Amino acid sequence: MIGANVRKVDGVKLVTGGAAFTDDINLPGLLYGKILPSPHAHARIKRIDTARAKALPGVHAVLTYKDVPRVPHTTAGQAWPEPSPYDTYLLDSKLRFVGDRVAAVAAETRAIAERAIELIEVDYEVLPAVLDMEQAMADGAPVIHDEPDAKNIHDAAHNIAGYILRQIGDVDQGFLESDYIFEREFRTGRQQHTPLEPHVTICWLDPDGRLVIRSSTQVPYHCRRQVAMILQIPVSQVHVIKPRIGGGFGGKQEMLLEDITAALTLAARRPVKTEYTREEEFYMARSRHPQILRMKMGVKRDGTIVASHLKVISTTGAYGSHATTVQGNTGSKVLPLYRAPNIRFECHVVYTNAPVAGAFRGYGCPQGFFAQESLVDEISHELGMDPVEFRRKNMIRLGDVDKLSAQLGEGKEGLPRVIRSCGLPECLDRGAQAIGWSTKKRGLGMACSMQGSGIAGIDWASAFLKMNEDGSFYLQVGASDVGAGADTVLSQIAAETLGVTLDKIIITSGDTDITPFDVGAYASSTTIISGGAVKKAAEKVRTQVLGLASKMLDTPADQLTWANNSVCANGKSVTMSEIALQALYREKFQIMDGASHFNTDSPPPFCATFAEVEVDTETGQVHVLHLASAVDLGKAVNPMQAEGQVEGAVTQGLGYALTEELLLDEAGHPRNANFMDYKIFSAKDMPKLTTILVETHEPLGPYGAKSVSEVPINGVAPAIANAIFNATGIRITKLPIHPEDLVTPPLGGQKVTPPSGGRSVTPPSGGRRN
Amino acid sequence: MTTMELRFTLNGTPLAWEIGPGDLLLDVLRREGYYGVKRGCEKGECGACTILLDGKPVNACMVFAAQAEGRAIITIEGLAHDGELDPLQIAFLDRGAVQCGFCSGGMLLSARALLNHNPDPTEAEVREALGGNLCRCTGYIKAIEAVLDVAARREATK
Repeated sequence: MIGANVRKVDGVKLVTGGAAFTDDINLPGLLYGKILPSPHAHARIKRIDTARAKALPGVHAVLTYKDVPRVPHTTAGQAWPEPSPYDTYLLDSKLRFVGDRVAAVAAETRAIAERAIELIEVDYEVLPAVLDMEQAMADGAPVIHDEPDAKNIHDAAHNIAGYILRQIGDVDQGFLESDYIFEREFRTGRQQHTPLEPHVTICWLDPDGRLVIRSSTQVPYHCRRQVAMILQIPVSQVHVIKPRIGGGFGGKQEMLLEDITAALTLAARRPVKTEYTREEEFYMARSRHPQILRMKMGVKRDGTIVASHLKVISTTGAYGSHATTVQGNTGSKVLPLYRAPNIRFECHVVYTNAPVAGAFRGYGCPQGFFAQESLVDEISHELGMDPVEFRRKNMIRLGDVDKLSAQLGEGKEGLPRVIRSCGLPECLDRGAQAIGWSTKKRGLGMACSMQGSGIAGIDWASAFLKMNEDGSFYLQVGASDVGAGADTVLSQIAAETLGVTLDKIIITSGDTDITPFDVGAYASSTTIISGGAVKKAAEKVRTQVLGLASKMLDTPADQLTWANNSVCANGKSVTMSEIALQALYREKFQIMDGASHFNTDSPPPFCATFAEVEVDTETGQVHVLHLASAVDLGKAVNPMQAEGQVEGAVTQGLGYALTEELLLDEAGHPRNANFMDYKIFSAKDMPKLTTILVETHEPLGPYGAKSVSEVPINGVAPAIANAIFNATGIRITKLPIHPEDLVTPPLGGQKVTPPSGGRSVTPPSGGRRN
Repeated sequence: MTTMELRFTLNGTPLAWEIGPGDLLLDVLRREGYYGVKRGCEKGECGACTILLDGKPVNACMVFAAQAEGRAIITIEGLAHDGELDPLQIAFLDRGAVQCGFCSGGMLLSARALLNHNPDPTEAEVREALGGNLCRCTGYIKAIEAVLDVAARREATK
């Protein structure tokens, strides 16, 4: 069962159009909720009059900041106490970006709701807005969070949501000891998740008056806690249901529509649905943090990295959702890839009057790896070393202890990371072979990356199993399958552990009334953490099964074997169904148990990404011809699904590298909030993809599994950038890469001479590897 | 509110529905419980609401319901017959072409339309046919392989 390419357990209903998603229900009396978005990037509501909206027939609720509790919170769906600043309000009199909530209505139809929104009269005091992250930090910049009740903002007066400084060794001394120092500045763009299903939430009051929230969320439990806090109702009065989710990618690791929809439901005493249109999804949901990264590395003549210094400015937009944690990852998950003894990571996370950034697949790593892997490529090139061999020389390896992770946890000190499994050398070998690294003459480039598998010491999960008469088991998990296949993988782990076929596992996931706690689907945690809980629970249940089988077969339990829905000993066997019937009707005993699981370490999956590109030097057009990704994911529980995760991550990485950027005009209005102007890759655009699963055994993972969904996105942009250099001699320092960047070479970074008298190398002629 | 009667065939069954003259086909189908027709952008850009109108894939968000008068519509709910999955549905499942599944219905119908008029397409033709169905989960590779696989099997059994 482990390692089998089984179909998704929820697959048939998905390919037959079954009513599986949040919006696939029709409730009697359902109202349509609509949010009035701020037309200004920074403004105060001087006067707001809802009388005409309320008078419109069919309108059942109109809410402004005057009507709701003022509870500072973060929308980030993180474990309590959240490390993100509490700087957000259900509704506020101040508006901090174009799209911020001014008011909300619930009406009998969408048309009436849209009309009611228009009838709300608002006088705005338009405030100076700041959209540039460097300007936002400067003295005298407009202060975005001047409210006195926000909590945990690093320096509100300078719009600094969070600040991070961490150091291993002595980086200044390291640069003194370096023969060469390389430094370059990189910039990355604002990518949007664009799940095909925009955010949608439906709320109603059940017959007991409890609030039911059916929502497209990755974090049902966090959502329950947050909504209860914001609306000041007991957690016990909130029931969150996560149906099938139409893609999340981190964008649904947010409590985003649930609070306002719940408030409308409580106000109207009717069921309410709120959903984002595609346009709203682009700028009212979340996006990837744009960053300015200044990366500096010192190396010895033989290519040994001595010191590594990454200085980052990032903007979180108007609210600090995931602000310090995403940016923490930019350091803690990126820099330790190489064994530099001296590392410094410094980061300012800055508020601007821009759409809010948040969690997005890779969680700070795509930015960091773009900078690091581009600079490492440049260093290899300047030293005359093969980029693969340079990495082999410096990269983290089995038995290493990553000390930066100990300093940089989830918004606080973390735990040291011990490398107990590492397939990176094999990833390099097989990726290089797939792309023809040593034989082909074309634009070839590569990058290495790593990620984590759950947040060490914080992420945890639980699972519960109970046995039925036919030898099947109900498996209840708080884990949230967001479409990536968690329900299937968790069912496989249960089936393997119990010795039953997959059809004997009936899984329910992500329902806070039914399933036990789980932090949710994020941080590449589900397979390793939720899977660990499932395995433990199944082992406990198996002990009960075997105890009964032992009596029935008159054989000691330790001599029993279990497989194919039966327990066997010495040629005798008893079926799971017989065991269940015995338990339920003779022993009067429900075979059932649950377990909780967490890890104090976050084993990194590794990835080597290789790209082959062709550049039209006349137009600057980049054609990616082939992308090969070799991923060490530990054990692949379902290789077919794992490949799908790699292919999907790579495709998002292609967009991040080449086409995707949410653009704002000077007033902060989105310029391309639609799929015509914001280009994601389609079937027609896809290059050849090669996916290589490099299996290792991770001692901390269930059946040796680590994680797979995030790591393959990290290396795509730098591998393409390095391949473009290989083809053209032009260094890429900005994402997404525009054709004009390649026709008129931008002024790039420069090598600096270390103060110790080391020297910078003269660029070899040609500037081509091949 | 003014209503009108729409007579058409849905998944093989002749029907008469009360609709508004300005109702979009997407809204009407979902209102009537055909939830497999997905709302992804309402601008004809993502393909999640793809249906077959007289055998041709169209975005239901770009068509007035009234335009279906006298015509035949197939939604994803109608792709399987008598409980038997279409070979494309089987191939999508067996090849891991489905992740969240939100785009799968539209993609399957685009693929079905392709194979109905071109049973032995090239890979480029498959990519072209699926080009209007955006997917954010899969990277399309497994869906393209699944369609080619179904075409190849059909050729093999000729």
